[in-house]
Amino acid sequence: MRARLALGTVVSALAATLAVTPALAQKQGGTLRIYHRDNLPSASIHEEATVSTVQPFMAVFNNLVLFDQGKRLNSLETIVPDLAESWAWDPTATKLTFKLRQGVKWHDGRPFTAKDVQCTFNKLTGKDTEDDFRRNPRAIWWQNLKEVAVNGDHEATFVLNRPQPSILSMLASGYTPIYPCHVKAQTMRTNPIGTGPFKFVEFKRGDTVKFVRNPDYWKPGRPYLDAIEWKVIENRSTRILAFVSGEFDMTFATDVTIPLLKDVTSQAPKAVCEIAPTYVSTNLIINPAVAPFNDPKIRSAMALALDRKAFVDILSAGKADLSGVMLPGPEGLWGMPPEVLQTLPGYGGDVEKNRAEARKIMEGLGYSEAKPLKIKVSTRNIAVYRDPAVILIDQLKKVHIDGELEVIDTSIWHAKVTRGEFSVGLNLTGVGVDDPDVNLYENYACSSERNLTKYCNKEVDTLIDKQSSETDVAKRRQIVWEIEKRLAADLARPIIFYDRQATCWQPYVKGFVLHHNSIYNNWRYEDVWLDK
Amino acid sequence: MGAYLVRRFLLMVLTLFGMSVLIFVMLRLVPGNITDIIFDSAGFVNPAKKAAIERQLGLDQPIVTQYITWMAGLARGDLGYAFVSEKPALDEILPRIPVTAKLAVLALAFSVLFGVPLGVISAVRQNTGLDYVLRVVSLSGLSLPSFWLGLLILMACVHWFGWIPIYRSSPDNFWQEIALLSIPAAAVGFRSSALVMRLTRSSMLEVLRQDYIRTARAKGASEPSVNYDHALRNAVLPVVTVIGIEAAFLVGGLIVTETVFNIPGVARFLVEAIRWRDYPIVQNLVMFIAIIVVMVNFIVDMAYAALDPRIKYEE
Repeated sequence: MRARLALGTVVSALAATLAVTPALAQKQGGTLRIYHRDNLPSASIHEEATVSTVQPFMAVFNNLVLFDQGKRLNSLETIVPDLAESWAWDPTATKLTFKLRQGVKWHDGRPFTAKDVQCTFNKLTGKDTEDDFRRNPRAIWWQNLKEVAVNGDHEATFVLNRPQPSILSMLASGYTPIYPCHVKAQTMRTNPIGTGPFKFVEFKRGDTVKFVRNPDYWKPGRPYLDAIEWKVIENRSTRILAFVSGEFDMTFATDVTIPLLKDVTSQAPKAVCEIAPTYVSTNLIINPAVAPFNDPKIRSAMALALDRKAFVDILSAGKADLSGVMLPGPEGLWGMPPEVLQTLPGYGGDVEKNRAEARKIMEGLGYSEAKPLKIKVSTRNIAVYRDPAVILIDQLKKVHIDGELEVIDTSIWHAKVTRGEFSVGLNLTGVGVDDPDVNLYENYACSSERNLTKYCNKEVDTLIDKQSSETDVAKRRQIVWEIEKRLAADLARPIIFYDRQATCWQPYVKGFVLHHNSIYNNWRYEDVWLDK
Repeated sequence: MGAYLVRRFLLMVLTLFGMSVLIFVMLRLVPGNITDIIFDSAGFVNPAKKAAIERQLGLDQPIVTQYITWMAGLARGDLGYAFVSEKPALDEILPRIPVTAKLAVLALAFSVLFGVPLGVISAVRQNTGLDYVLRVVSLSGLSLPSFWLGLLILMACVHWFGWIPIYRSSPDNFWQEIALLSIPAAAVGFRSSALVMRLTRSSMLEVLRQDYIRTARAKGASEPSVNYDHALRNAVLPVVTVIGIEAAFLVGGLIVTETVFNIPGVARFLVEAIRWRDYPIVQNLVMFIAIIVVMVNFIVDMAYAALDPRIKYEE
C-alpha cells in the first residue's frame, strides 16, 4: 500500500506541476457569474453540512491535498497536492506526514504554517475549547485522529489510532479546508480568510456573495478569473430563466432536475449540461423504539413493499439509481453490482412476489385489508421529501399498512428525528466523499451524531472499523458489501434510490470539470476561464 | 383638531405596543428556534451545543426578560444582532428598506395613475365598448395572482428579447434602477390598480347622478371640469381609503414579487428571517412595517379633511 501511495504521490506531484503550467489558449480575466439556489447559512465550511456553503466558499481556501479538479471521479488515485507538496506514511501506516508548501500567505498577509494545520484539526477534534466551532457536523470523520504534530513551520504529521487509508480522501474533500489559527471561528462564519485563489469580498445575505482574484496566490498563473459573483435566486423558475437568458454563466450544482433539463436544452441549446449523481439518497427511516416497529417482522414487511423502480420512474424519469448504502457504479466506486444488490431483501425484481410475502407477514400479525396497520409517515415539508413520501404511502397500502402523511416544518425536522419523535419517516441523506468511511461512520456507527435513527449494531460497528483499517481495496470492498447486507437485513435505513440531476454552464466557460461521484469537491474554480 | 391629533397619537402608541407584544409572543409560539434551524442545516442536533448557543443568544431567558431587553434596546436605538448573519440587525435591515420603498411607491403610483383615470373613463363611458374592455382588464387584475403574472412577464421577456428583467444589485444610475423596478411594480400594482379602477368607477357613477353635477352641466361647465373638478373630487374619498388599506396589503404582494423578480428588499428578507426564526430581524421589521401602516392610515385620515371640507375633527 505504501509503495502505491508513494507512486501516487509522485504521479500526483507531476500532474500538479504540469497543471500549473499555463496553457496558451487560456484567457485571463472576466467575472464568473453563478446563481445560488438558497440563502447559505454561513461562510464556514467546517460548520456546515451543505453544498450551499461549500460551492461558493471552497474557492477561498486550500486543503492539504485535493481531489484532482480536472478528473471526473474522486478516488485515492486522483488526490493531488495542495498546501502539502508531498506526503508519506510511516511503516505502521498510522502516521501520515505532510511536507507543506513554503511562502504561502493568508489573504490578510500572514504566513501559512504547520500551526494552522494543527489548529484546524484541534478544532475539528474538539481539542480547541477556547474557540470552538458552533457546530461540527463531521466530527466523526476525525475520530481516529489522535493528534496533529508539527515539526517546524513546514511539516505536519497526522497521528492515527489505527491505520485508516481513507483519511487522505477526507482531507481531499471540499469539506476539509485549512483554516487560519489567528482568525476566530465567528469571523470565519462571516468574513472568511483563506489561502485560496479567490479572496472573499462581500456576503450580502439573500442577495450576493462576491470574491476577487487573489493576486498573491501561490500557484503561478492561477486563477484565470478576475472575480466570481454569486447571486442568490431562491425561485427556481426565475433562476433557470435567468440562466437561459445568459444572465449567468453557470447553474448551481445539480440544480437542474431531469424535467427542467428538457426546458434548458431546448431554450439554450448551446449550454453544456451534464447529468450526474447527487450522492443524496432518498431513504426510509423506521423507529425501532416505537411499537409495533420494534417487531422486525413489520419492518421487514415494509421493506418488501417497496417498488424502487416506480420511485425512480415517477420522480426522475428513470434516471436515478437503484442502490444499497454506497453509490452504485459506474460513478460510485464502492456500490454493489446489480446482481448482488438483487439478493438483498426488498431488492428482487419481482415486486408482486415481495409484496405477497409482505402481506403474509402482516396477516400473520393480525392485519388485513379491512384492518390495516395505521401509521403516520413523517417527512420534511419540502417537495423533494414530500413527493417520495406520497409514493411510499401508496406502496405501503399494498401490504395492509395505511399511512397518513405528516409534514414536519423543515426547521425542526432533524430535531424531531433526533429526539425519536417519529415512527416511520422519509428522509434524504447526502454523502460528502465516495468512501465507505464517510458514509458508514456518519450514518450507521453507534457513536455518530448524524446517525438519525440511532441504529446501533456492535457487530456492524466492528465491521465498519475493519473495512476502515483495510489497506487492500478489493478486500475492503468485500467487507463493505458484507456491511451492506447486514444493514439491509437490519433495515437500518433502507435506501430507496440515489438521485441524479444536471449542472449546466455556458459554452464559453472552460476548464470546469463536473465531478461525478461527489458534489462537494470540485469548486476551487482556479482552472476555470472564460472564452469570450 | 389638536385634541383629535393627541387622541390619534395615543391610539397609535397603544396600537404599536399591542403589535409589539403580539409579534413577540407569536414568533415564539412557532415551533423551533434559530438553534434548531442552524443545527438542521448541519443535518444533526447536538443538545449540549444547542443549549450553549441558546445561552449565547439569550434564548434561555424568560420570555418577559427577552421582551424587556428588546424594548430597552429599541428605546436606545439598538435593534440587536441578527442571529443568522451575526451582524447588527440595523445593518441588515437598513440597506433593504430603500429598495422595497421604491418598489412600493412605484406600485402604488402605478395603481393610482392607472386605476383612477381608467375608473373615471369607465364611468363616464358607461356601457360602451371601452367600458367593457376596461372592466375585463380590471377583473383580470383582481383574478391574476401576482406571482403568476410575474413569471409570465419573465418568460415573455426571455422568449422575445433574450433578456430577463430581474434586479441587479448595482444598477448604473437611478433611472436604470427605476426602469428595473417598474416591471415588478407593474406586476404587483396591477391588482391594486384594478381595485382602484373598479371603486373609482362605481363611486363616480354614483356621483355623476347627483343633482349638483346636473347643476354644473346646466351652468355650462366643460365635460372635463364636471368629471374631474366636481365629480372626481367627491368620488375619490372611498378610493383614498382603499389606497391606504392597499398600502398595507402591498407588503404581502411584495413578498411574492420580490421573490419572483429576485429583488433584495425587506419583504422577501422578512419571510427568510421568519423561516430562520431570526427574532431580532423579524421583530424589528414587523414593528417597522406596523409603524408605516399606522402612519399611512393616520395620513389617510388627515387627507379626508383636505379632500372634503365638510369633515371636521373637532368634538
